Amino acid sequence: MPNEQSNIVGHHYVQPNLRKNGAIMSNWTRICTLEDIPRQGSRVVESDSGRIALFRTHDNEVFALADRCPHKGGPLSQGIVCGCKVTCPLHNWNIHLADGKAIAPDEGQTATYPVKLEGGAVFIQL
Amino acid sequence: MEKMKLVLVGNGMAGVRALEELLKLAPDLYDITVFGAEPHPNYNRIMLSPLLAGEQTVQEIIINDLGWYAEHGITLHLNKKVVKIDRKACTVTAADGTSAAYDRLILATGSKPFILPVPGNELNGVVSFRDIADVDAMIAASQQYQHAVVIGGGLLGLEAAYGLKLRGMDVTVVHLAPWLMERQLDRSAAKLLQTSLEEKGLKFLLEKRTEALLPAAAPLPQAGEGTAVPTLRVGKVRFSDGGEVPADLVVMAAGILPDDALARSAGIHCARGIVVNDTLQTFDPRIYALGECVSHRGINYGLVAPLFEMAKVCANHLAQMGIARYNGTVTSTKLKVTGIELFSAGDFSSSEHSDELVFHDAASGIYKKLVLENDRIKGAVLYGDSVDGSWYFQLMRDGADVSAFRRTLLFGQAHLGDSGHNPETRVASLPDSAEICGCNGVCKGDIVKAIRDKKLYTLDEVRSHTKASASCGSCTGLVESLLAHTLGGDYSEAPGKKPLCKCTDYTHDEVRAAIAEYRLKDMAAVRTHFEWKTPDGCPACRMALNYYLLCAWPQDYQDDPQSRYINERAHGNIQKDGSYSVVPRLFGGMCTPHQLRAIADVADKYRVPEMKVTGGQRIDMFGVKKEQLPAMWKDLSDAGFVSGHAYGKAMRTVKTCVGSAWCRFGTQDSTGLGVQLEELTWGSWMPHKFKLAVSGCPRNCAEATIKDFGVVCVDSGYELHVGGNGGIKVRVTDLLCKVESEAEVLEYCGAFCQLYREDAHYLERTAPWIERVGLEKLKAAIVADPEKRKALYQRFLVSQQPAQIDPWKERANGAMAGEFAVLRG
Repeated sequence: MPNEQSNIVGHHYVQPNLRKNGAIMSNWTRICTLEDIPRQGSRVVESDSGRIALFRTHDNEVFALADRCPHKGGPLSQGIVCGCKVTCPLHNWNIHLADGKAIAPDEGQTATYPVKLEGGAVFIQL
Repeated sequence: MEKMKLVLVGNGMAGVRALEELLKLAPDLYDITVFGAEPHPNYNRIMLSPLLAGEQTVQEIIINDLGWYAEHGITLHLNKKVVKIDRKACTVTAADGTSAAYDRLILATGSKPFILPVPGNELNGVVSFRDIADVDAMIAASQQYQHAVVIGGGLLGLEAAYGLKLRGMDVTVVHLAPWLMERQLDRSAAKLLQTSLEEKGLKFLLEKRTEALLPAAAPLPQAGEGTAVPTLRVGKVRFSDGGEVPADLVVMAAGILPDDALARSAGIHCARGIVVNDTLQTFDPRIYALGECVSHRGINYGLVAPLFEMAKVCANHLAQMGIARYNGTVTSTKLKVTGIELFSAGDFSSSEHSDELVFHDAASGIYKKLVLENDRIKGAVLYGDSVDGSWYFQLMRDGADVSAFRRTLLFGQAHLGDSGHNPETRVASLPDSAEICGCNGVCKGDIVKAIRDKKLYTLDEVRSHTKASASCGSCTGLVESLLAHTLGGDYSEAPGKKPLCKCTDYTHDEVRAAIAEYRLKDMAAVRTHFEWKTPDGCPACRMALNYYLLCAWPQDYQDDPQSRYINERAHGNIQKDGSYSVVPRLFGGMCTPHQLRAIADVADKYRVPEMKVTGGQRIDMFGVKKEQLPAMWKDLSDAGFVSGHAYGKAMRTVKTCVGSAWCRFGTQDSTGLGVQLEELTWGSWMPHKFKLAVSGCPRNCAEATIKDFGVVCVDSGYELHVGGNGGIKVRVTDLLCKVESEAEVLEYCGAFCQLYREDAHYLERTAPWIERVGLEKLKAAIVADPEKRKALYQRFLVSQQPAQIDPWKERANGAMAGEFAVLRG
């Protein structure tokens, strides 16, 4: 488990290409409530930088990743969530929700987005 | 009370086996004393060949070690050859003076090799092939000398020759007859055998009569016998035609003779062996005899199977039960030379009353010959492919009438055909009474029972419990197949068996059993019960458990969408670009203009980029965005369609051909029946995808014989076929049975579906499932037992009630909206 806090989660890894104009963006966008995401499931978020897969784990942790498997671009949002991993529906690659990295022996990484939970609402930093 | 005294003379396989059988029946009846002329405890004489070949060690061929004798309180005298029986005083005396008194005496003195009465047969380097000392001498010679000559091209001679070759010697086999193993093989099979042995480096001299063995040191042969100096070593073998071959080692393997010298000296009636009756008693009622030393009904036996049968009978009488009789044995032979498959049984010489069935493929090295008399097998010779040996042997001993399948007899049991082609299914179809291990007389039923009752998981365990394949080992493959077959179905508690997934050490079957037994009704309960290693499982176990729970508790279990593969969660087939395909159900492949128009309208409205008629006789619309699915389903639902489940581990389609309504060949209403079957089964979740078909006549245009459940209509009714697969590995169905009415087709189909649902592992299609559990299991539940069939059918109907709520319609009406709607960021 990457984080001990029970309700506010996410991780603080931000890919350089997500920073616009050389400055770290801080526009947190409210997306939905926690209840809108099924436990051990996901929702698809349409954003300016493409589709984002928003996951909720069994332990109510929330993660946001680009909805593209590093393998062949499969929609990760459609995968099965176990622990803090998602299995891509196309070729069964397993991706860490925390850092977007493929689990060995596969290699690759998907972009991730900071997320936070406030008062039962889910925010993504876009 | 003092126990009776039992003395065994001869510490070999037959005698000790009699003691083993006796100890099972009456462990405390006798004080037992055993005399053995060899220095070794009881060992497996059949394994001398592998011992010589270096494939086994002395330790490995010991059957009962010294501890066994001690454990049973048996006094063992090794290295003591009994030279005298005093029948009045009831004592035996060994060469060193050791003596023992008896109330009952068993003679199991075995046989001695037949030593050719030729000059030079006493030279050093002339050995037989009967015991460990002979093998030691042969191994020693192979380290020092080059040329070996084996006299005798029978079973024993060939095995000796092969072993010596492996030990690095240059080996020539000399044989009097025109071909090898002439008592077991005909000329054609012997020729193939000779060729493959020649490829292994053996040389053969056939139709050669040995005239003399000549010493190495002496330049000229002696004129007469008796003048040779015993310390000289053999150097050559000379034949009656004047030819000679060099020989530093000569192995006499020209046959065996019963060793009845001791019995003779005691005045017991002998005639080429100690004469015994059907209870294995000699003419002295206190004295029994068995094994190679006896003559029973004028026959001497030199193979192990009869000896063991004798041991059972002998022990029965010694245990004072007095009911068993030995009636002689039909023997079969296998050659223990690695890489050579050879089987021979019965009498294969042809006569005017007999017919021969012959299959001869010289290039592949396969030869099969069966000799029939009055449609019964009289003899069999198999070379190159001996898998069916035990089957033919069984038919032969049963005197079974083979006229019904005479035309395919040579192709083996698999060709009779109710299941598969691998050895496992061949074994599966043998009757329980079929003998698997000829040496120890162990039947399939005994082995299966032992595997089940004693929970045996390995070959070694089966060997130690049943003795099957513990002697010559040639049935090892059959025993392994049997083990795989038996364990595969009902028993999978084997350590090292495949666990359900990495989250647990328990198997599919164990988990399913516990779900029922402990009434586990959700995934968390299962994981807690089995102490899952992961908090919320992995995709493999989540999908499997979801299915198992749904199957076990169709009314109670709340399906978990998050444990479904995306196709089943979204009720469409995900395509490689992330779009989905939509396949509405067309029952039995039948459709109306109204339906086709509705599909066309939907395709237009949602701009479906591509459409295709599928192999399952329906229409596939590709490239649909997930967000569009509920709206599209609404339109389809309004037009009367339900989901086709083209995406699920579920019942898929019923393919039909035209049938009697239009087709001039049609015998029944195949389309109507197909619609009924699809109405019965649609929506059912299965361990894997499941396809049906109905063909209106045996021309089988609907390809029913490669479906999971296929119906082939005939004039008199309906043939039901199961377990077909048209996938990577095409498998033709097995015929389950034939029924007479459509109502029966529906009932049998429902029962079959339910048995598959309840018994197969998740993601196991019907074909491998049936190969694993055996068609017999299905027949027993569905065909032979109407009660079971009706119960299965009822359970299927119950599970269909929630399953036939159309998932498309539910979602079109708003269920699971979040699954399909996209959020804005």
